[in-house]
Amino acid sequence: MTVARAASSRRSFLGHSYNLVGVVASLVILAWTLVAIFAPYIIPHPIGDIVDDDYFGPMRQGLWLGSDYLGRDMLSRVLMGARYTVGISLAAVSIACFSGVVLGMIAAVTGGWFDTCLSRFLDAMNSIPSKLFGLVVVAAVGSSIPVLILTLAVIYIPGAYRFARALAVNINTMDFITVARVRGESTIYLIGSEILPNIIRPVLADFGLRFVFIVLLLSGLSFLGLGLQPPLADWGALVRENIGGLPFAAPAVIVPSLAIASLTISVNLLIDNLPQKIRDRDA
Amino acid sequence: MTNLVEVRNLRIEAKTDAGRLVEIIKGVSLDIADGEIVALIGESGSGKTTVALSLMGYARPGCRITGGEINVNGKNMAALTERGRARLRGTDIAYVPQSAAAAFNPSSTIMEQVIEVTRIHGLMPPEQARKRAVELFRALSLPDPDGIGARYPHQVSGGQLQRLAAAMALIGDPKLVIFDEPTTALDVTTQIDVLKAFKSVMKAGGIAGVYVSHDLAVVAQIADRIVVLKGGEVQETGTTAGILSAAQHPYTRELLAAFEPKSRQIRADEDSGPKPLLRIDNLTAGYGPVKRDGQPVIRAVDSVSLIVEKGRNLGVIGESGCGKSTLARAIAGIHPAATGDIVFDGKALERAARKRTRDQLREMQIVFQYADTALNPAKPIEDIISRPLAFYHGLDRQARSKRVDELLDMVRLPRSLRYRHPSELSGGQKQRVNFARALAAGPKLIICDEITSALDTVVASAVIELLKELQRELGLSYIFISHDLSVVEAICDEIMVMYNGERVEQITPDKVKSPTHPYSKLLFSSVPKLDPTWLDGLVRDPELVTQYGHR
Repeated sequence: MTVARAASSRRSFLGHSYNLVGVVASLVILAWTLVAIFAPYIIPHPIGDIVDDDYFGPMRQGLWLGSDYLGRDMLSRVLMGARYTVGISLAAVSIACFSGVVLGMIAAVTGGWFDTCLSRFLDAMNSIPSKLFGLVVVAAVGSSIPVLILTLAVIYIPGAYRFARALAVNINTMDFITVARVRGESTIYLIGSEILPNIIRPVLADFGLRFVFIVLLLSGLSFLGLGLQPPLADWGALVRENIGGLPFAAPAVIVPSLAIASLTISVNLLIDNLPQKIRDRDA
Repeated sequence: MTNLVEVRNLRIEAKTDAGRLVEIIKGVSLDIADGEIVALIGESGSGKTTVALSLMGYARPGCRITGGEINVNGKNMAALTERGRARLRGTDIAYVPQSAAAAFNPSSTIMEQVIEVTRIHGLMPPEQARKRAVELFRALSLPDPDGIGARYPHQVSGGQLQRLAAAMALIGDPKLVIFDEPTTALDVTTQIDVLKAFKSVMKAGGIAGVYVSHDLAVVAQIADRIVVLKGGEVQETGTTAGILSAAQHPYTRELLAAFEPKSRQIRADEDSGPKPLLRIDNLTAGYGPVKRDGQPVIRAVDSVSLIVEKGRNLGVIGESGCGKSTLARAIAGIHPAATGDIVFDGKALERAARKRTRDQLREMQIVFQYADTALNPAKPIEDIISRPLAFYHGLDRQARSKRVDELLDMVRLPRSLRYRHPSELSGGQKQRVNFARALAAGPKLIICDEITSALDTVVASAVIELLKELQRELGLSYIFISHDLSVVEAICDEIMVMYNGERVEQITPDKVKSPTHPYSKLLFSSVPKLDPTWLDGLVRDPELVTQYGHR
């Protein structure tokens, strides 16, 4: 849908064509990434300090996004929240996609028992509801950043595995793989050099999509109180803390929601509007 | 208006990824009289299919008819609305696709699909349509004309399906039928039946036809006139006999020349006597579960023995499904044989490729039919060719780069091609790269699995010439697998005929005229000749046909 609409507004740059939606989306993502990196240097107040006499204070000079349910500066908390939300999700999605894609390609190339056992095991993993799995793990070993990252990664490995395996199986039937096999190439060469370059684009799109899922799941866990523990807070936790401000239309509850929405929607739009390489023989 | 079809100054444009417009048909004009069959021939990319499709007012996605008139039966297809064209398709003009297997819906019966046209256009009640369909099945000499309609597409053979596709096209009583390479995917023995059926039906109904093909010999049998296309322009038009005997245009002559195989000169260096390079004894390979005696349930190759001598070539010929590709894969170790011995260069080889040593793998290379899938689309040509150099010979970057240049020279490709990706090359260029990669390993034996089948006649004969030249320079041996007798004849010292997984005969090219085995007789007599009267004059032993022809 977006593609059809965007097709008319495509421009080209460095041998790729891109469109406006994709550019705007990548700017939003870039902005949040910069915020996540530089948050400690740009926040006006420490995140734990109570700086307002009132709670759920409105937006005003000095407190640009109002204050939260304890009277802490909301701008500082959202900026720092970006760090946790983007950081944890990125770490988790990287682990999930890397292990999922590598395992998927190995399974496709190796086949046989290895493929069957791994696929059934990961299918079983996939059948556990993700939130429930998160609840159980956090309840069992407590909540900390490494635990959160690993839990989220484990939840999303089966999906990444399935996706990569399906793509790799198609490539694996091609003659150039057979040629490489009879040449005597190792599995590592096959997956790294022959298969990966052919599936990298859909895998990257899947990476983005999975990143969105993880942001939402992390926010969900934090909303349930199982994510980061106070005074640290990611965006999901910020929404939960300040849910009491909803009747007052406090910016404290609206702003982190908007932050989550802006990041996830931007990633989605970027995936739909990735720059396309121009294949033109003579131009 | 005197002619059924009058195309005047047709122009079709295509849009590239970058939004650049390319004119792919540059002012084509042609006429087709009532009941006349006109062939459009040319290499791939010459625009022959595009022109044929435009007669239905259809341009493939990304293409647009930008100028000219396409008058079919008095109506300008280019100017009609889509709805108006749809009304004519199936009733005035019909289309027979290249691959009938892909054109039929696998989940509904053949009869339902054949009479669908009459239902859409409301031509006749279903019972009458079924009767008419059965008549057509009979006219197209299909077996069991009354019962075949109840079957599903996967229950009939490829040649039958192609004739059923013609029945589907003919049921709406069209004035013009467009055949888009309908026999290209068929075996020669089947092709004859299909051509004969097409020809008799068209003649009986006085139907005009457009026959798109790149095979001059097939065209010679069926067409009244030939239009030669190249680069989206008409090069030459003439009657079939005229074109075949007195072609004017250089491209047409090239096409004709490519058809006449150059006879292979006997090599002079036979002083040392033949030394066997590869010996296969009683090799059996197949698919499915392995039975108790160690044999697979389905035997694709059954106890085949063969010998390839140093510097000489063995051709393996047979129809599709005869096990020739499985034989190649078993020799290369891709599909390990169930039983049998493979002795290569004096040493016994393991049956599975992964158990062979690196040097053994290096000395025997296999080149596949489809260069499209045999070259990794994500890598530049340079990387593709230099990988065996790094893998087998451990050359460093500089030495590799130099060798890639040499290899590109060897296969007659410009050196600048090394930076391109496979998708940016033509079919013939890709096949050369495919071959250069095999040469890079420094092999003694190259197994060529139908390497010219996907190429045009002219390109294929250039590739064959190249193979011969390289053989002279490098002392290679080839196992040449093909279903095309003329190709095998042109390059091989020995020809092995396979049928149903078994070796039925082994002969030398000079004895091709007089094979002894009945299947070889049938196969060799089925190869179309340029002579337009060949098909009509062809008499085949009916006993042979029932025994070996898959009708």
